[in-house]
Amino acid sequence: MSTSALQAAWLILARDLRLAVRRRGQFVQPLAFFAIVTTLFPLSISPELARLREIASGVLWVAALLAALLALEFLFRDDARDGTLEQYALSGQSLTWLVFAKTTAHWLLTGVPLALMAPLAGLSLGVPYAALAGIIAPIALGTLVLSLIGAIGAALTLGVRRSGVLLTLLTLPLAMPVLIFGAQATDLAIRGASFAAPLYLLSAMAVLGVTLAPLAASAAVRISLE
Amino acid sequence: MAWTWFHRLASPPHVYALSARLTPWFAWPAGALILAGLYGGLVLAPADYQQGDGFRIIYVHAPSAWMSLMVYVTMAVSAAVGLIWRMKIAHAAAASCALIGASFTVAALVTGSLWGRPMWGTYWEWDPRLTSELILLFLYMGYIALRSAIDDVQRADRASGLLAVVGVVNVPIIHYSVLWWNSLHQAPSVMKLAKPEMPAAMLVPLLMMLCGFTLYFVALLLVRLRGEILRRERSASWIREALAE
Repeated sequence: MSTSALQAAWLILARDLRLAVRRRGQFVQPLAFFAIVTTLFPLSISPELARLREIASGVLWVAALLAALLALEFLFRDDARDGTLEQYALSGQSLTWLVFAKTTAHWLLTGVPLALMAPLAGLSLGVPYAALAGIIAPIALGTLVLSLIGAIGAALTLGVRRSGVLLTLLTLPLAMPVLIFGAQATDLAIRGASFAAPLYLLSAMAVLGVTLAPLAASAAVRISLE
Repeated sequence: MAWTWFHRLASPPHVYALSARLTPWFAWPAGALILAGLYGGLVLAPADYQQGDGFRIIYVHAPSAWMSLMVYVTMAVSAAVGLIWRMKIAHAAAASCALIGASFTVAALVTGSLWGRPMWGTYWEWDPRLTSELILLFLYMGYIALRSAIDDVQRADRASGLLAVVGVVNVPIIHYSVLWWNSLHQAPSVMKLAKPEMPAAMLVPLLMMLCGFTLYFVALLLVRLRGEILRRERSASWIREALAE
């Protein structure tokens, strides 16, 4: 018991990042999914940039949410399969911290790349350069909240048949506030207005999520491991 | 001493018998209140000066919407009791709430959209309250789907209980963000009823309906709870004795 909770969390974060570097495919998939979904809209609606700019914030947000949701399935799955998760629960360390570390790693591996890729998709939808900050910051924050909420759903659906659809059904209703204020921030940025207000609300949700969600997620992991 | 009644609630045979005894005490007043409220609302209350007779759907719509939220809170509270004190009966009660709550939510959505037809001219308007009602329905669906996806009853209880507790923390956040979303995106809708105090002739039947619906929910919950207990305890010996009576 010489390792403190913070140290243990840090070790898990480093381990998950290292694993991800060695298993690149899993983390490229959501990005490819995001790129494909944002391509569908110009093809299905119209190639006119003026029309696309109108719907750009909605397109980017829905695609980012779905891509992040797709990646959530990987959050605990492999560790639950090979028994690592059970060892975490038995390790005597605070499972809340460990789950928080895993969630943070997951966000760094999916949310942050999505936020960095979204401006490219945004430019192709006719978003002005000045609005790119209004895409990166809200999507980075929003995917953080989604990872935190989704960790609860991912833990609850461990070992459940056809868990993908179920995970969507559990997580998306809880993530509506993120979508509402995230898309609003991006929309305001595209119109050239200040997007501070919705961004503050997103940050408030992120703070609430960081404080509460890991508690619920670690309880959910324990329930699933029983 | 004072907690004996609470501890006895953990015993399935006791709750089974108790809910059978209590059901009529809730069901009859519920029926009487709903009938009186319907008569008062549909016949006695004057027509609205703007909406005419169309407003009368409020006597079903508002109580359903109220119940959809109240049932969710009841479900979350009993799930929390089940998680904290590991009380199986509380989990059974939470499980019995889900379908009732989902039905009230559907009733609120259907009556809301029927009301929308004469008032807004369409069956569906992205009105904030209707939208958050729709999200509430998704929350109920998630709960029911999670329960049915897990075969082991104990694990299903605890997993869905945790989901209900997480959901109830989120319900106010969802509700207010939807309200805010709409007020920023769209001009105030026709729904502004120019809030004069509701006259007593309209208000009293509404309150009667609210109380009637609440009692009706309790009666329904007791009946469903007995069914749930029967299903869970089907191999217990006391069931045979109770059914033989």
